[in-house]
Amino acid sequence: MSDFIAEALQKLPTETPGWLSEQRRRGRSSWKSSTMPTRKTEDWKYTRLRALEEGAYLGWAERQDPTSPALTALRDQVHISGLDARMLVFVNGFYSPELSSPTAMDGMDIVHFSEADETQVETIRTHLGTAANRDKYMFTALNDSWLDDGVFVHVKQDSKVITPLHIVWLTVPQREAFSLSQRLLVVMEPGSEATVVEHFASDGAQQNSFTNGVTELVLGANARLCHYRLHLEEEHALHIGGVHARLDRDARLNSFHLGLGSILKRLDVVVRHEGNGAHCDLNGIYLPRHSQNIDYHTCIEHARPHCTTKEVFRGVISDNARAVFNGRIHIHPDAQKTVAELSNKNLLTSNKAEIDTKPELEIYADDVKCTHGATVAQLDDYALYYLCSRGIAREHAQVMLSTGFINELINNLQHPTLGEYLKPVLSDMFVQQVTQRERTE
Amino acid sequence: MLSIKNLHATVEGEDILRGINLDIGPGEVHAIMGPNGSGKSTLGHVLTGREGYEVTAGEVTFMGQDLLALAPEERALAGLLLAFQYPVEIPGVSNMEFLKTAVDGMRKYRKLEAMDSVSFMKLAREVCKRVDLDQNFLKRGVNEGFSGGEKKRNELMQMMLLEPHLAILDETDSGLDIDALQVVAAGINSMRDGKRSFVLITHYQRLLNFIEPDHVHVLGGGRIVRSGDKSLALELEDKGYGWLESEAV
Repeated sequence: MSDFIAEALQKLPTETPGWLSEQRRRGRSSWKSSTMPTRKTEDWKYTRLRALEEGAYLGWAERQDPTSPALTALRDQVHISGLDARMLVFVNGFYSPELSSPTAMDGMDIVHFSEADETQVETIRTHLGTAANRDKYMFTALNDSWLDDGVFVHVKQDSKVITPLHIVWLTVPQREAFSLSQRLLVVMEPGSEATVVEHFASDGAQQNSFTNGVTELVLGANARLCHYRLHLEEEHALHIGGVHARLDRDARLNSFHLGLGSILKRLDVVVRHEGNGAHCDLNGIYLPRHSQNIDYHTCIEHARPHCTTKEVFRGVISDNARAVFNGRIHIHPDAQKTVAELSNKNLLTSNKAEIDTKPELEIYADDVKCTHGATVAQLDDYALYYLCSRGIAREHAQVMLSTGFINELINNLQHPTLGEYLKPVLSDMFVQQVTQRERTE
Repeated sequence: MLSIKNLHATVEGEDILRGINLDIGPGEVHAIMGPNGSGKSTLGHVLTGREGYEVTAGEVTFMGQDLLALAPEERALAGLLLAFQYPVEIPGVSNMEFLKTAVDGMRKYRKLEAMDSVSFMKLAREVCKRVDLDQNFLKRGVNEGFSGGEKKRNELMQMMLLEPHLAILDETDSGLDIDALQVVAAGINSMRDGKRSFVLITHYQRLLNFIEPDHVHVLGGGRIVRSGDKSLALELEDKGYGWLESEAV
């Protein structure tokens, strides 16, 4: 069934700057030659695209009224107090100045592709598509083929931008199911520092969107980027996308991911160490429940010597949900003195929950230090008993253990205020889950 | 307060308790001694309702209630607390959060006014001082990376905050140096108010030098083979358990 490929080809972006047409053409041709993955496609073995094919996401996103009470309320909900961020809000892909708080920041330019000046266009053209490989990631090809605009963040050489940039991608349902293509390009010039929070959210209504969000992070020599990608959408919001990063010499990327489940959610996180001494901390949490899915595929390419990677992903999988984690670390022949650690721990809180986890190390250099591990466990009965023996109700004890399992990562976020924002959101979710389970039992 | 009649229990199909009879009145301190494998810890876990510890016969009444019909959390709320021999490490759940949740639940059950975070913090810090534990332990994960002695003091702290009617202390003295032992003993003694009762499960007479028991029982083969006053503990220290076991057979 490759209908979706043909249907997607029919859909053409409307207004686009001419200079993007080459990118689009290549994306289109790459998408055209791809085939829908099946069970035999290794990269998609455990995640089916049926929801995408059956959902008829044929419409385009439409501009919404930003002054509607629903959106104003939603805007307050996604506001992270204490983060003191510069906030850019998009609703169904359209930038909403009414909901944003764009205080100017020294050292960081933010511009839509369509409004970029000549020098900015030059920089965008130099970097766009260099991190996200359309021939390897078919949904990047789709993103390229639909490219009509995007957000370009440019951090100037040696600029230390303290104020985080908080980009909120909101979705609300439209009359008919629709597709939404998003592109973010962050270029960090040598010696620069910044924080970028990508935050996906929706209102509580049943969503009917398919979002294809591709982010590219290009870190120059000695640049430091703290990056978050939070997926907190309602469960009917489809998302296939990813984050693709390139790290030059001594660059440091700290990237944190959080994903609630959905009827279909797939994220590819790709980091290429392209300069000596680059370092990447990659951490993530996935929390599917009900009959949701979530699939994180991470791939770290160690192409140069003396680079380090520390990767920790944890998942709590509940009810009938299913999670997929694939953590690949590829050490190229030149990448001597690599140090790479990968850990993936999973907690299944129900008998019907499923995790398919696969750490993959591919090593072609002989002087490296690599470790990897994956575990799958259930809630610890003895720990539950211990909590209960102090008068804590069993359901509450379950919530405490589930949140405890992920708190170790949340407590170590570079921005503690973000952790303070996430904790109640997540523990509310676990509480809801337990009360729902109680009701059905 | 607690009345155990002919209690039999199995763990993984194996008979461990084979007819325990024990009555504990308000304000009493009972010491339970006995060799390894005699069922001391099992008794504690059966009373607090650990899963897999199956009662096959007998009955237990606690403060007028059928204890065995209650879930572990209900037993705790009713005022029974077991200080674990091996407290569980729970990384990611801060000790403070754990203690506050437990105390909040207990106060609600006892129809006491809820404590705000600031007052609770103050109380927790005071209790920390009483058991000679650094305040940093409140911020750490529950028992995470605590030494043996620190875990035992954390158990004691929970007892002080939850103020049970009956506390069963399962080898709370094991693995403690003499200074720590004195801290623990002083902590337990400070909780004695004439109404609260204690069961001290221990291997060593040493603890009983600091906490004077009203009764001493020796467990052997899942039964109480001998009961007496504190002099029994001294006799055991002197002669070991061998003479009692041969007597029991």
